[in-house]
Amino acid sequence: MSEEVTSEILTTHILDLAGKGKRLDGRGTDEYRKITVEHGFVTSADGSALVRIGDTAVLSGVKLEPGKPFPDTPNAGVLTTNAELIPLSSPVFEPGPPQPGAIEVSRVVDRAIRAAETIDLTRLCVTPGEKTWVCYVDIHVLDHGGNLIDAALLAALGALTHATVPAKRFGIAAEDYPLEVLHYPVECTFVRLGETIMVDPTFDEERAAQGRLTIATDETGRIVAMQKGLVGAFSPDDIKAMVERAFVHGDRMRLIAKGGVA
Amino acid sequence: MGSSHRPGPRRRGHAGSSSHPSGDRVLVLPGEEIASQGLKPGPGTYRVGGKLYASVLGLVSPQPPFVQVIPLSGRYIPKPNDVVIGTVTDAQGTFWLLDIGAPRWAPLHMTGTPWQVEIGETEKFLRVKESVVVRVENLDATGRIGVTMLGDGLGKLEGGSIFRISPARIPRVVGRGGSMIQTITQRTGAQVAVGQNGRIWVDGDPEAIHRVREALRMISEDGLRSGLTERVDSYLRSTSRSDDEGVQVPPSETAHRDASESHFASTPPSEGGDEPGDQNN
Amino acid sequence: MGSVGAKDVPVLLSPEGLRIDGRRVDELRPIKIKAGALKHADGSAYVEWGENKVMAAVYGPREVHPRHLQQNTKAVIQCKYNMAAFSVDERKRPGLDRRSQEISKVIAEAFESVVFAEEFPRTSIDVYIEVLQANAGTRCAGLVAASVALADAGIPMADLLPAVAVGKAGGAIILDLKKEEDNFGEADLPMALVPQSGRLVLLQMEGHMTREELAKALDMGVAGCRGIYEVMKQALRDRYAVTPGPEGSA
Repeated sequence: MSEEVTSEILTTHILDLAGKGKRLDGRGTDEYRKITVEHGFVTSADGSALVRIGDTAVLSGVKLEPGKPFPDTPNAGVLTTNAELIPLSSPVFEPGPPQPGAIEVSRVVDRAIRAAETIDLTRLCVTPGEKTWVCYVDIHVLDHGGNLIDAALLAALGALTHATVPAKRFGIAAEDYPLEVLHYPVECTFVRLGETIMVDPTFDEERAAQGRLTIATDETGRIVAMQKGLVGAFSPDDIKAMVERAFVHGDRMRLIAKGGVA
Repeated sequence: MGSSHRPGPRRRGHAGSSSHPSGDRVLVLPGEEIASQGLKPGPGTYRVGGKLYASVLGLVSPQPPFVQVIPLSGRYIPKPNDVVIGTVTDAQGTFWLLDIGAPRWAPLHMTGTPWQVEIGETEKFLRVKESVVVRVENLDATGRIGVTMLGDGLGKLEGGSIFRISPARIPRVVGRGGSMIQTITQRTGAQVAVGQNGRIWVDGDPEAIHRVREALRMISEDGLRSGLTERVDSYLRSTSRSDDEGVQVPPSETAHRDASESHFASTPPSEGGDEPGDQNN
Repeated sequence: MGSVGAKDVPVLLSPEGLRIDGRRVDELRPIKIKAGALKHADGSAYVEWGENKVMAAVYGPREVHPRHLQQNTKAVIQCKYNMAAFSVDERKRPGLDRRSQEISKVIAEAFESVVFAEEFPRTSIDVYIEVLQANAGTRCAGLVAASVALADAGIPMADLLPAVAVGKAGGAIILDLKKEEDNFGEADLPMALVPQSGRLVLLQMEGHMTREELAKALDMGVAGCRGIYEVMKQALRDRYAVTPGPEGSA
């Protein structure tokens, strides 16, 4: 169980271990916890995936509904990403309006999905200027054991890749059809603990970290989003090294998200 | 539900005396009737219309003239004289607030320390996020938990690491007659201080700390099965480097060494004990 | 919960007295409960009940936030029932709505009726219910999940709280309504029972019934709750099973 107040002793211990290239749970610095993806967890969604990274659990559901396109993009569909860090998932989350942490997760995931052109928004358009599909990507954090951003995008991608456009239900086409996914963005998050860079931080490692960097990559070799978070700094050389690792981890996670074997 | 039906004593008992499996221990759930056999309702029970019922999930433990239910889960419920490990959440003018994993934060007053603390200078001695070993002194009807740092083995913790486990598992960590904790410290060479609140302080080389952590994880995840000490011993043997065995822990002058040693003296392991008296250790 | 493209009212009860999913009038949907489903809560439970999927977590007793809600003589029980946006056919806007707030209130009051809150003055027991997939009866599924989560969190209470909805559809009193029966039926009557005392601590009704029908519905609901109760107890026994080894002690 994570502590509401992480003791300095634990933080110091995590930093001491990091100095020796070790981690509390025995992982290597460049090693993820076990990742699993369960597609179709929620049948009320048009696509869904439950992702676990270690003891972090995130559920994403995609829903598509007819709506109006934005006036300035009459030929494009609408994509909305929303993450909820619900108080069920951690002693540190409180009920109430979305906290900055939830907004950050939403926006970083949204940027990666958008920049990677994960779905072709023009294909969502039904009647230009009048009717389009609105694609809602909702992300629910169920168990907060650290590294929410990677789990959130992986869940969103897992939900999108297995989503069905409910065209029949809304009388827009004769049959439902699979949502076409063009690209596979995946986020990879690192923290700096002392002078050691570690991938896939736990909750306690995030609390001890001097900076967090998330790098989203896609399968074509593009970097599609980045976000530096927490208090701390990274050198350009460190960032370059993390980018290389982000592609290696990203390729493995893409396989998992698609339902392949890692 | 008439609370008027429920007699005292209502304070919940502590898991301290036993959660080990044995034939005569019956698992009960809230609302399940308990065969009272003429015994009075103790902690974890309530009475309605002459019948006794469990109020918590736990094991039935007859301790004449009472019968109680020993919880198997939940937050740490303090009782006087428990030695616990806490982390400072706030430093006020004359006291600190400690998170000891209990329902409420516990105030540690500056007079309850061995230090000469001036009013307003609490932070010079203990800062937020630092950790201490304290003893529960008293509990009042408002749920306030009084703790003290005056006493053998109590003090500020330095170095090492702190792990958490369900307070209900603490008797398993200690083991019958201290067997489990002795196995762990002997096989790893680590120093270990066990707080009754489920916080466990461990010091030693990183490898030793890691092996203690794994042993605690085994205890935490193992069902209430028997032979746990043997399984933990087997794990620790299989992971030991030969030069680990019998390593003498170098004496240390900081409080934490005292904390770990005298803690065991002041809290006799009681996994096998079924006596009501164990509750007060 | 409006369903898109709803046409005619479906036949809710066949001439043989069977319901749209083949159940008898007094038959529950399949229910599965897992106690201890989350790692970071003090207690938790996951319930799959028909096509409902509900997670509940309990934190506490712990310090009260916000502080002004603190009560000097007992713990305050705070409940938050929430539906995930993707849990229903038509996406639900995230955030507070009046329905969720009302359900949260009646569930909190149901638990206040059984939890021995005066053991923990000036603290808060926080109950969170997340509906991940909904198909009628989510407040009952949430209440059942939360009750198991409270026991898993070691909270002292008089009893577990099984809950179920009874309703009227196709002219008959039926147990445990599913979505079509809820949408097109004549009445919906969710309730929660204290098995030990035989009393109800949650009772709502929407629709209309005669007094004879209500009497029948209450009896059917109580019997249904007792069925749910067994599943709740088994879930907790499975999690806390004592399995003595050959030598019978550690």
